[in-house]
Amino acid sequence: MQTNTKILAQEFEYLAPKTLDEALSLLDNYKDKSARILAGGTDLLVKMKTIDLKTDYLINIKNIPELNFIDTADGLKIGAAVPLSHIERIEKVQERYPALYEGIKSMAAIAVRNMGTIAGNICNASPAADTVPPLIAYGAEVKLVSKRGERTVSVEDFITGVGKTVIRADELITQVNIPEMNKNSGSAFSKKGRVKADIAKINLAVYLEREDNICKDCKIVLGSVAVKAIRAKEAEGLLKGQTVSASLIDKITKKASEEIKPIDDIRSSVEYRTEIARVIVEDAVKIAWERAGGEL
Amino acid sequence: MKKVEIEFTINGKKTKLFVKSNTLLINVIRNELYLTGDKYGCGIGECGACTVLINGEPVLSCLTLAADVDGKEITTIEGLAEGDKLHPMQKAFLENAAVQCGFCTPGMILTATALLKENPNPTEDEIKDYMRGNICRCTGYIQIVKAIESCAEGGKSEPI
Repeated sequence: MQTNTKILAQEFEYLAPKTLDEALSLLDNYKDKSARILAGGTDLLVKMKTIDLKTDYLINIKNIPELNFIDTADGLKIGAAVPLSHIERIEKVQERYPALYEGIKSMAAIAVRNMGTIAGNICNASPAADTVPPLIAYGAEVKLVSKRGERTVSVEDFITGVGKTVIRADELITQVNIPEMNKNSGSAFSKKGRVKADIAKINLAVYLEREDNICKDCKIVLGSVAVKAIRAKEAEGLLKGQTVSASLIDKITKKASEEIKPIDDIRSSVEYRTEIARVIVEDAVKIAWERAGGEL
Repeated sequence: MKKVEIEFTINGKKTKLFVKSNTLLINVIRNELYLTGDKYGCGIGECGACTVLINGEPVLSCLTLAADVDGKEITTIEGLAEGDKLHPMQKAFLENAAVQCGFCTPGMILTATALLKENPNPTEDEIKDYMRGNICRCTGYIQIVKAIESCAEGGKSEPI
């Protein structure tokens, strides 16, 4: 039978808590039943329409004031219900977190970014999520809160596989925390799709810290090339503590393309992804290095 | 299934309705309020035909639950003109022949008005970037970009 996306056929109870406390109580009440959090709907409602993701309760957190804030005082703290388009307009994001800015800008189109949220993008745990490589590169964490207490988990550890995370049924991401960036740091995001608004065939974020012409620290995070966004740790190892040069970058890009585990799918092939990984790692490392004030 | 009471403003008019929790905004707008300028295209957030403005921002009415618009302000294409006086963007689309079959036009115009509110004088690239979620299958993009340019503050591209 063909899917009718004109309607949302399945029935569920809609819950719209007005405070965080109310939302946590609902999650606690329904933790043994099937409840879903609606933070944007651009993925969830599509899945509920097309692949028959079933839920008995839908908890809309979009209108909870405690989840609608952006704090730029120390690093970046973003409430779970903030739309992606509001994040891309923050000056500090544009200036200090260019990989996150570029990642968000590359997503879908304005109407989708007016609806979708960063917490939703993380929880959806698609291997192609565009905010995830930048967040891992920046060492971001999510704050998970439940009636029982709270904990913070790095985005890197939070996502465990395709659509899989460590979130418990009674927990809610309330905010995403990104540390303050070192002055001599630089970052960049790159993505290949068929057209601009596409889901990534491959995406990538690079973060580096420079001291003179040495790369003190770095992270190279690739998406859409494994079950979750992965760090090219061997490539990072080759770069860390070394004097950055064109020949070193060449070595890193080869290593990174060997470390990934892409698959053939509807969007791309193993061959293309492996080859293009080299190209975009090179581009992004060079851009990040220049943004860190380095020269080549 | 329990019905939810919602109260919202649509094109300046206060409206109160009871909706089922799984009712989509597009179906309330089209089937209950008869504002059929809001178009159903793909239903999965790819085409932009169902774009409406909620609190001034373009969103997709096919992926929005009607229950979620409680307390919000909605603008559809029917809310742009003042009586017989067309909105400048509607006029610009007409004058530049930016309409072929017309199916994408309501979404295009609403998104374009949001663009100019955010960025009154966009470059051609900025227009294309902002409009990339609104798909036209008659291939009329050149005229659409021209219409938006002609409506922008500085850009006075001549009508065709």
